[in-house]
Amino acid sequence: MDVEHDELAMEVILNAGRLMIESGSDMARVDDTMYRIARNAGIVEPRIFETTTGIMMTAPKTKLTRIEPINKRSIDLELVSRVNQMSRDFQAGNISLEEMRDKLVILSQTAPTFKISWQVFAAAAVSATLMVMYGGKWIDFLPAFIIGGISYYIYWYINTKFRVKFVSEFLAAVSIGLMSALATHYHLASDMSMVAIGAIMPLVPGVPLTNAVRDVLAGHLLSGIARGTEALISACAIGFGIAVVLRFL
Amino acid sequence: MQLSFSFLATVGFGIIINIPRKGLIPCGLVGTLGWAVYLLVKDYGHSMVLANLLAAFVIGISAMFCARMMKMPMILFNIPSLVPLVPGGQSYNAVRSFAFGMNDQALDYLVQAGMIAGAIAVGFFLAEFVSQVYFKVISAKK
Repeated sequence: MDVEHDELAMEVILNAGRLMIESGSDMARVDDTMYRIARNAGIVEPRIFETTTGIMMTAPKTKLTRIEPINKRSIDLELVSRVNQMSRDFQAGNISLEEMRDKLVILSQTAPTFKISWQVFAAAAVSATLMVMYGGKWIDFLPAFIIGGISYYIYWYINTKFRVKFVSEFLAAVSIGLMSALATHYHLASDMSMVAIGAIMPLVPGVPLTNAVRDVLAGHLLSGIARGTEALISACAIGFGIAVVLRFL
Repeated sequence: MQLSFSFLATVGFGIIINIPRKGLIPCGLVGTLGWAVYLLVKDYGHSMVLANLLAAFVIGISAMFCARMMKMPMILFNIPSLVPLVPGGQSYNAVRSFAFGMNDQALDYLVQAGMIAGAIAVGFFLAEFVSQVYFKVISAKK
């Protein structure tokens, strides 16, 4: 039980935890994964405290303490799944601590994502199908499809290029409002509300919302409230975007 | 028609939040199941709130089983499946009423949206509770 070994283990644990929180995991899962690695790495009585904005960890026996701030948050559930799987591999003894450290670094750079063209297509499909499910007319299928795709592309573009989260939602909502109003005006779509509702759906902050509920129920009150606030601001940004268009058109 | 659309919508949202590829199909099935329950309860004349509650409950339970079967975190399955239930229509109408200065109506819609969101949370909570009890019972038997 030497200090060097514990230092390495803590580095791995904190990295794993940070990656999971950054990509939008719920806290119970993060907690579970970090304790699993700690136990199997042989840290005696690990104490870990994690919130949405940072992790603190201490190993009492070797008198080591580490703090890891978390500044960015995105959504990438593939990464969550991979890190979780890695901790299970480590538990089963398939990979060593050193291997895991290297793999985490590689993973954080090369986790596979869907191409943006696929994402836009998916967003368009979500918009159009949900619009019909909510009782929209078939005439509006194509407008909802196109507007949903374009607005998601705007959202994605601002999010990746400028990294300002809430503005991207606001502008995407404004564009949805404008486009659906124009489409209705030129008789390309019959019901502006239904088209707009459909097109908004891909922007809905589903992950923070669900995680907020789960975190609060699991007793991670701080994280739950932080996530809830995030979801609320996102929702407000979307609402304001739509409201601006409705008010001044 | 509705059901195949709910499958597509769930898978679509799954792609947006980048869930692993082999999780897409089960995830779509969970979403379809949830929407089927929602439609069933709503068509039998019960309230929106109850329909949302039961749908969220079913989604929670089936997501739990998918997670066990596929050995993947549960949130992969329940987040995309819940998206069709989100009270988008009510929220939109609330914002629209606010924008046109009809505050009474807006509050009415807002309360509706809040009730539905609460119902989904409760359904979720129940599902979590039931599955935890269930897995405790199973592990106690072993």
